[in-house]
Amino acid sequence: MFEVIFLQFLNGLDKGAAYALIALGLTLVFGTLGVVNFAHGALFMLGAFCAVTVRMFLTMETVTLDPEKLSPWGAPLEVREPLVQAWLGDFGAVLVNYSVPVSIIITIPIMLLVGIALERGIIKHFYKRTHAEQILVTFGLAIVAQEVIKSVFGPNPIPQPMPTDLRGAADIGAFLGMQANVITYPVWRLIYFVFAGVVIGGVFAFLQFTTFGMVVRAGMADRETVGLLGINIDRRFTIMFGLAAVVAGMAGVMYTPLLPPNYHLGMDFLVLSFVVVVVGGMGSLPGAVAAGFLLGILQSFASMNQVKAIFPGIDQIIIYLVAVIILLVRPRGLMGRRGVMEA
Amino acid sequence: MTTFMSRKDLFLLLGFTIVVLAMPIWLAPFGAGYPDLLQRFMIFGIFAVGFNILFGLTGYLSFGHAAFFGVGSYAAVWSFKLLTLDAIPAMIFAVVISGLFALVIGFLCLRRSGIYFSILTLAFAQMSYNLAYSVLTPITNGETGLQLTLADPRVLDAAMGQTFVGQPVPTLFGQQLGGYAGFYFCAGFLILAFFIAQRIAGSPFGMMLKAIKSNQTRMQFTGFNTRPYALSAFVISGMYAGLAGALLAVTDPLAGAERMQWTASGEVVLMTILGGVGTLVGPVIGAWIIKYFENILSALNDNILARFWSFLPDGVSDVVVKITSKFVGDGWHLTLGLAFVIVVIFLPGGIMEGVRRLAALFRRSGSSSPKTSARTQPAE
Repeated sequence: MFEVIFLQFLNGLDKGAAYALIALGLTLVFGTLGVVNFAHGALFMLGAFCAVTVRMFLTMETVTLDPEKLSPWGAPLEVREPLVQAWLGDFGAVLVNYSVPVSIIITIPIMLLVGIALERGIIKHFYKRTHAEQILVTFGLAIVAQEVIKSVFGPNPIPQPMPTDLRGAADIGAFLGMQANVITYPVWRLIYFVFAGVVIGGVFAFLQFTTFGMVVRAGMADRETVGLLGINIDRRFTIMFGLAAVVAGMAGVMYTPLLPPNYHLGMDFLVLSFVVVVVGGMGSLPGAVAAGFLLGILQSFASMNQVKAIFPGIDQIIIYLVAVIILLVRPRGLMGRRGVMEA
Repeated sequence: MTTFMSRKDLFLLLGFTIVVLAMPIWLAPFGAGYPDLLQRFMIFGIFAVGFNILFGLTGYLSFGHAAFFGVGSYAAVWSFKLLTLDAIPAMIFAVVISGLFALVIGFLCLRRSGIYFSILTLAFAQMSYNLAYSVLTPITNGETGLQLTLADPRVLDAAMGQTFVGQPVPTLFGQQLGGYAGFYFCAGFLILAFFIAQRIAGSPFGMMLKAIKSNQTRMQFTGFNTRPYALSAFVISGMYAGLAGALLAVTDPLAGAERMQWTASGEVVLMTILGGVGTLVGPVIGAWIIKYFENILSALNDNILARFWSFLPDGVSDVVVKITSKFVGDGWHLTLGLAFVIVVIFLPGGIMEGVRRLAALFRRSGSSSPKTSARTQPAE
């Protein structure tokens, strides 16, 4: 029994990690700019499609017909040669194999630019507007992003293979000194979890241990006073928006092997991430991370057959149910500050 | 009559009635004068008017109104299946059921405000949607959707000794509700819905709701318990949504869970914003515009575009066709999203604010040419 529960716990971690990463970015934006960003799920999706694009470029190939050899159907054999491999040799093959992690390097500057452009172009004008209007304009932006992706990449999910070395499952049970082959867990999910931990730790460390982060935290607490001290807090907040976009984008890139991205990926995750943010408490970074993992793990437990036998359909609604209960019992979510977003 | 309704309100209602009833005539040149689309205009008009009673008057942004719409649809179809094919009992049944549903959900959600309220309504709606797809399949028939069959009991019809041949369709006192009959049936309800919304907005109760929007804390300090008022508004708007859902079931007796999805909730928010939050006519116009362009733009394809742009030189027209084709057909949501962003940024009051600004412009300079007014017409 312990093994089953432990396995479900592990299963919840990767989804929880994705929720936590998106919720972290949402909370960063909300905590700094005070903007409710419904386009954040779209940023997650854009990141995923960065990975798709990178792979498309990496797997571009030349097709030549070889008249000497015949395919089993009697036609001249097509010889496909990936360009990257032709140019770079073995290193090119490694690049293609590791296309998903490699795309992170390209995703970071792209998402930073997208985030900053978005903030300077549109979000900036919505600081003083009501939360309802912020929700609406970002919701419209999310629709636009989703439709642009749909018209470029088509409506179908595009599977992304994970690197060959990282396929298969790791025997965690044996690693922890338990019986072998009882608790096995896909390696890529483990990597996703570790990756999420590193990113979350990085963001917290950045806020906690750098001067820039200190100023940002001061600005979150009292924007006006920081501004009066002669610090250009708006510029720093813009960069924080870019950072949130980067976090969402990276989360999207790494998630592609687990779930083939399609154009409504962002919306699917957005609704859940918003629930996560609200459960964690608007504006609380640790709350967002904790709630992300909590809801991911609860969802995993709810999809156990034993649980479903008692409460049929619980796996479909558990997140919303928990959200409703927490919001009704603890008005500000798990770790929310008093007076945030209640008007 | 003047004590009952102000002259202005009366004219507005009369004008609205005429515009609605004459829709088959004045919409014909725009390619929208056919009953199927007109019925949708009416139905989503009712939905938006009802949504506006909550969002426009009290300021509570619900992201889960599609749940009531879906519940109304299911209730109406069940009434057709179990009781009678007559539409009136189905309407009553649907409005009552969705009202009760809204009462329960509203009671819980209204304990919070701001974004917490939005997320709570969203959570309840998503729960209903997911349950309708999974556990509640005996009631909702899951993905297939709930539909009428010959084998349904229909106890009232059976007691009356009525029998049907072929596929059962909803009726009104024995008359079938297809085509224009269905349109006028829906139009009657839209006018009624508009009238009630008008009465609410002008009543002391409506004033109370507007006061909740402008400053809830002050209301509480002056000794009002605001929650019953907000809850009444929530239930009324849930009943409107149920009525709209039931009408959709009347015109097309197949209720599916996708009507409850949160994108459907988002759509009614878009309609209300596009038309003008807090105005009476705005939401209806927003609903009409969105449904109209959904219908027109999604039907366009490259051939039609090529003919439309054929006056341009060859190379240019190809490029233009290529670009515009991204915005029509399947891509019409892109147009919707863009229009929506533009409206929220530049015209937060929606189309009605545009009209108001225009009127002010005309009043200031009576000689301003109609050309400039055409340009300031809000997007789409």
